[in-house]
Amino acid sequence: MNYLRQVAAIVWKDVVAELRTKDIFSAMFVFALLSVLIFQFAFDLRVENVKQVAPGVLWVAISFAGVLGLNRSFALEKDKGSMEGLLLAPVDRSAIYFGKMLGNVLFMLAMEALVIPVFIILFNLPLYLPGVLLVVLLGTLGFAGVGTLFSAMAVNTRAREVLLPILLFPILVPVLISAVKLTGGFLDNIPLSENINWLQLLVVFDVVFIAIAFMTFDYVVEE
Amino acid sequence: MARRSGRWLMALDVVAGLAILGAVYMALVYAPDAANLTSENEIKAQHIFYFHMGCNVASAIGLFTSFVASILFLVTRRRIWDSIAVSGVEMGLAFGIGVLASGSVWARPTWNTWWTWDPRLTSAAVTVLVYVAYLMLRGAVEDPGRRARFAGVYGVFAFVSVPITFLSIRLWRTIHPVVFGAANPDSQGSFGMGPNIRLVLMYSMFAFTILAITLLIHRVRLELRREEVEHLKEQLAA
Repeated sequence: MNYLRQVAAIVWKDVVAELRTKDIFSAMFVFALLSVLIFQFAFDLRVENVKQVAPGVLWVAISFAGVLGLNRSFALEKDKGSMEGLLLAPVDRSAIYFGKMLGNVLFMLAMEALVIPVFIILFNLPLYLPGVLLVVLLGTLGFAGVGTLFSAMAVNTRAREVLLPILLFPILVPVLISAVKLTGGFLDNIPLSENINWLQLLVVFDVVFIAIAFMTFDYVVEE
Repeated sequence: MARRSGRWLMALDVVAGLAILGAVYMALVYAPDAANLTSENEIKAQHIFYFHMGCNVASAIGLFTSFVASILFLVTRRRIWDSIAVSGVEMGLAFGIGVLASGSVWARPTWNTWWTWDPRLTSAAVTVLVYVAYLMLRGAVEDPGRRARFAGVYGVFAFVSVPITFLSIRLWRTIHPVVFGAANPDSQGSFGMGPNIRLVLMYSMFAFTILAITLLIHRVRLELRREEVEHLKEQLAA
């Protein structure tokens, strides 16, 4: 119980900081919109049926915007020197990981909550289906689960922002594949029983990689 | 001590060299042509399969070594494991690129294309990219202690991600031949494995295993020397 309160305190700290600055959210949201726009122009020239590429466009937009947000997650702590404060706090290091991760999940979900309606309007697709929303939630969880850990690493390297997508995207391939497959499946009204493997893959990825991140976070933040 | 281990290593070098020469002979001369292939180019290209699988084994040895060494580094904090981990990655990556290159050379006459986004090819390419990222991560951290810790963590992630990415192969339909286990009915350019082909394959995988181990030992020694030089330089500067 105490542990949960510690996690909640860190999430709350990030949410309050974000509500005051709106740094991360505004950057992610505008960037996601811009990538949707660019795809719209790029594909409009070549693709007959936009519906076929829409799930891919959605997930590319979410990934790119997500990386942008994850980069800020630890860059802010590092620049203002609050990372030391966090590490000195009398909490388990894993509480810091889960706090930062849940904060990132919240920011990404907030961004998606605005991007998806735009998507529904631009592409005329029923993305509000509960199945699609479940996939968005699971995909975001895996993305932030791995991304939070890598963000803590990238911020301590010489390359900083440049390195995070390079570290993150090849590991996230299974999330992207299964999320795109599932989203497409729901949009085409394919029964879930045919795509259940992809859902299992997504869940397995989330569980395995959040567990590894939980175990290895200590090594990343220790000084 | 160093001289004696050097002599052992030299013997291993010779064995590895001869084994690979033997594999070249076995694959190009001794191995029979695959029975069910018809076009001349396909028959010739099929012989690269022995190197394709050999590189595959060598790459797997390197990457698995780096995975185990990464875990051992995180648990024991002994720098030697970090040196072994980076050596394993470099060797595994080189052979991994060999797998992609030899596969492409085979795919051109057989599938009529250098590259296709088949899941098995895709996951091999992703694996290579993961380990390129690993080396870039190492390159971007200056402090040796932190570099070793970050690399250890990423090494674990990288290796665990490989089978999960690989899992997607079974879910997606693939045209890549499966010569071990259940054959893939949709594959193109597949070939039956007669006893002679199987023998050559086993031998070349064995030869590449020796080569991989030899190269790994050399690379670890090189890494240790490099660290020694770095250490001496620091002492001189101080």
